Amino acid sequence: MTRYIMFVCVDGDPDTDPSPEPDIEKWVADNDASGKRVGGDRLAGPSDATMVRLRDGKTLVTDGPFTEGKEFIVGYDLLECDSMDEAIAIAAAHPMARGGRIEVRASWPMELDLS
Amino acid sequence: MVSTLIRITGDWSLAEDCTADAFEKAIARWPVDGVPDNPGAWLTTVAKNKALDRLRRAANEARKLEQVAIMNELEVDDVELTDDRLRLIFTCCHPALPLEARVALTLRTVAGLTTPEIASAFLVPEPTMAQRLVRAQKKIKNAGIPYRVPSIDLLPERLGGVLAVLYLLFNEGYTAVSRVDLAEEAIRLTRVLLQLMPGEPEVQGLLALELLQHSRRRARLVDGELVPLEEQDRSLWDQALVDEGLSLLRSGGRYQTQAAIAAVHARDDGDYSELVALYDRLGGGAVVALNRAVAIGMADGPEAGLAAIEALPASDYYLVPAARADFLRRLGRDAEAAEQYRLALAVVKTDPERRYLARRLAEVEG
Repeated sequence: MTRYIMFVCVDGDPDTDPSPEPDIEKWVADNDASGKRVGGDRLAGPSDATMVRLRDGKTLVTDGPFTEGKEFIVGYDLLECDSMDEAIAIAAAHPMARGGRIEVRASWPMELDLS
Repeated sequence: MVSTLIRITGDWSLAEDCTADAFEKAIARWPVDGVPDNPGAWLTTVAKNKALDRLRRAANEARKLEQVAIMNELEVDDVELTDDRLRLIFTCCHPALPLEARVALTLRTVAGLTTPEIASAFLVPEPTMAQRLVRAQKKIKNAGIPYRVPSIDLLPERLGGVLAVLYLLFNEGYTAVSRVDLAEEAIRLTRVLLQLMPGEPEVQGLLALELLQHSRRRARLVDGELVPLEEQDRSLWDQALVDEGLSLLRSGGRYQTQAAIAAVHARDDGDYSELVALYDRLGGGAVVALNRAVAIGMADGPEAGLAAIEALPASDYYLVPAARADFLRRLGRDAEAAEQYRLALAVVKTDPERRYLARRLAEVEG
């Protein structure tokens, strides 16, 4: 099993297919029930983001970053899948695969560095 | 052999290294000990033991130890070898990999070409190609791209992806000038795929299409000059390839339809009545629409062809003025033809096409 993170994004270029989009409640319920989805949530908007840096021992906190573009992350889901193919199938069934786009990333466990 | 080791170890670079080691060992041992009765099995066993050895040394975690235990129980037979090759093709052509990496990986891992050979075939520096291959192998491992044949519901879509890679490779062969004949390599790989998926109509369709097009290779380009179909020396067509291509025609999807179109030209009996209907089945796109208009011209004469081109929605497809010019030339409307040939020359893509158009322009200006 590999852990995959779905970054759910808007991209200003939604699907034009008029058929109804899948229901998000059902998507969450189905994937929670199968044990494939192990967590996830929506995110507060990018205008409410806060940036933290440490420089020369000082914590620097600033407002932002401000994303000017139409592409930003609006949520995330954590999946446990046996392969990228399974993760792709789950991502493709998410309504935001049509409303925007979904970036699927495999996690990179620390233990792999030791082998 | 590499494909079997990949399945067993799940590690592409380990599989390649151990296979290379096995060949080295064979070179050292066979001249002394004689060639074993079953060289393939000998090599696979040596490579497997080598991989086992390396994994054992690296086995400082339970997961790896488990893998070693599984490997000890694995015996490889022919059926498994077939399945492994098929898995390998689907993995190399996985849509999560960039298209150019899919093509390169297929040539490297399935066809067994060397990195320098692939680099020269695509006219890129060798380090660039090496990096492309390493990145793709890394992504397969890190992103968990599965080493298996996709499930039935995904198969049509993913098979389409595999066929697209092979067809792209074949088409590269038309233009690429290199040591490796990519068109022949593509045909070889399509044959392998058909052996692995016997009776699959779209694989048969792609092979038929490739064979029918390839049968004209000696007639199509003579001394670097492009010879249009109507002027080709028929005796230069490879009849064995034509016959084999025709024998693979079935009813079916896109590749079968394209093969059926190629078959109309290969039969060369002056009957073009089917062509328009075949293009209708292909549907959509500026290229298909123009070819359909040219087909109307072949079936019903240049006047009808010209009218069909004028009826097309506006497009900047570069062959539109060239096709219009050819019909005008046939109709004896030389001045208009010349004008279109000049337009075509301004947007032409390859040198043989440029020389062909220039020759035609000289004719109508003559």
